[in-house]
Amino acid sequence: MSIHHAAPHAVRSPVLSLAPPLIGTKGLTVRLGGRTILDRVDLEVRPGEIVTLIGPNGAGKTTLVRAVLGLVRASSGVVERRRSLRIGYMPQRLTVDATLPLTVRRFLALWRPVTEARITAALEEAGVSHLAASPVQTVSGGEMQRVLLARALLGDPELLVLDEPDQAVDVHGQAELFGRIETLRRTRGCGVLLVSHDLHTVMARTDRVLCLNGHVCCQGAPEDVRRHPEYRALFGGHADALAVYVHHHDHAHATDGAVVPGHDGDCCHG
Amino acid sequence: MDDFVLRALAAGCGIALVAGPLGSFVVWRRMAYFGDTLAHSALLGVALGFLLGVNPLIGVVGVCVALALALVGLQRRRALASDTVLGILSHSSLSLGLVAIAFLETLRVDLVAYLFGDILSVTTADLAWIYAGGAAALGGLLLLWRRLLAVTVDEDLARVEGMPVEALRLAFMLLIALVIAAAMKIVGILLITSLLIIPAAAARRFSRTPEAMAALASVFGIAAVLGGLLSSLNWDLPGGPSIVVAAAALFLASMMVPVANR
Repeated sequence: MSIHHAAPHAVRSPVLSLAPPLIGTKGLTVRLGGRTILDRVDLEVRPGEIVTLIGPNGAGKTTLVRAVLGLVRASSGVVERRRSLRIGYMPQRLTVDATLPLTVRRFLALWRPVTEARITAALEEAGVSHLAASPVQTVSGGEMQRVLLARALLGDPELLVLDEPDQAVDVHGQAELFGRIETLRRTRGCGVLLVSHDLHTVMARTDRVLCLNGHVCCQGAPEDVRRHPEYRALFGGHADALAVYVHHHDHAHATDGAVVPGHDGDCCHG
Repeated sequence: MDDFVLRALAAGCGIALVAGPLGSFVVWRRMAYFGDTLAHSALLGVALGFLLGVNPLIGVVGVCVALALALVGLQRRRALASDTVLGILSHSSLSLGLVAIAFLETLRVDLVAYLFGDILSVTTADLAWIYAGGAAALGGLLLLWRRLLAVTVDEDLARVEGMPVEALRLAFMLLIALVIAAAMKIVGILLITSLLIIPAAAARRFSRTPEAMAALASVFGIAAVLGGLLSSLNWDLPGGPSIVVAAAALFLASMMVPVANR
């Protein structure tokens, strides 16, 4: 059975997937306070591609994102970015001190010199035009996510980096947000690197899933895994890894799908 | 009006003008205690200035900058909580300054004037220093305004956008050091922080943009200087504390004023 057979509805065009990666890590290792958080991680995100990082708590997802953003230094290995890459970063949340009077519109103007017209356009694109004059502290979690998306768009990003965008948002909001991100990927052709704890929501819209647990356990196209049982059989370890993840790593699955309790969460080696 | 009163007014209003925007940043960045610590170290700067035969204001700026650098270094280690580190540096530098001045037997300084200010004895030379330091601080703040706001809102985001976060943080500390050096003569090192934060805090409720808050803080500061100075002259009260009391009264009054849709 060929791997091509397993990708019947791939969204990526051949041209896009052949483009050089926007960012890549090679053998990225990060140690913090004597603990190895990331162990020889290889990651690539290409233009127009959505890559989702999943993994249990403490797997190093956020650290990997921060290393890609240049906020955490590599202990060894490298982080390579395309020259003068424009990154639009959407943090998990953002709290502005109550003493700072700041409207949403003004918040968006802080990061680079921008025209009022561009701010209006970005607010529209993110679907939060009605919030322009609101104090940024009064905006709800889901709205703030979209404001942060608007902020990222103002930098005309080639790569969008989103850290757990589903955390502050309800199920409806999540679907909406991911819809927007997918549209952006299509219209702007930007790459997307996403951290998520909710595989169900992200599954259908992700090109590639990277399962992290300190090291890279496995990666693959999630929808193919789900739709093709034979693929699952062929790449049993990978498919199991996803299943283990969904079940919060409190047990593992035998190859026939039976639950094996007491697995310690090191997902690909069970 | 007497010359010394005019000089006092000019000095006080000049400082209040600069303290408005800078104090707003101190409030937004939650750095009130940090400002206090820098101010307390100023006395050591005065002593060093005399010892080295340079203008005490230069000594003050030098010591403040050294302290700011030491703070950044200590905070990076994270072995102790920030407020503990500040408390240690604040009181030990103030005591060190007091001890140093006691050691310099040839030096006769009016300690009370340094601690609580002596606005009515401001000389023309003082005025020149105050305006030079104040203008430099205000100019620097205007130049860095947008980026400092961005760093205040979120340091990680600012860093990802390529802003030099560490340099901006240091520059901000330098600006505070400048204002402390300039304001020392007005309200004294023990009360300087109040001139930074009380007008800014009073301005918060009436402002919808950072710039409005900064400007209004300047206006409130100037009002406090005028009120404090007038009562000081009328009732023969100490100048610095009178200004701070006036600022506090303004703050209380601002709390009473109802503000629409808030």
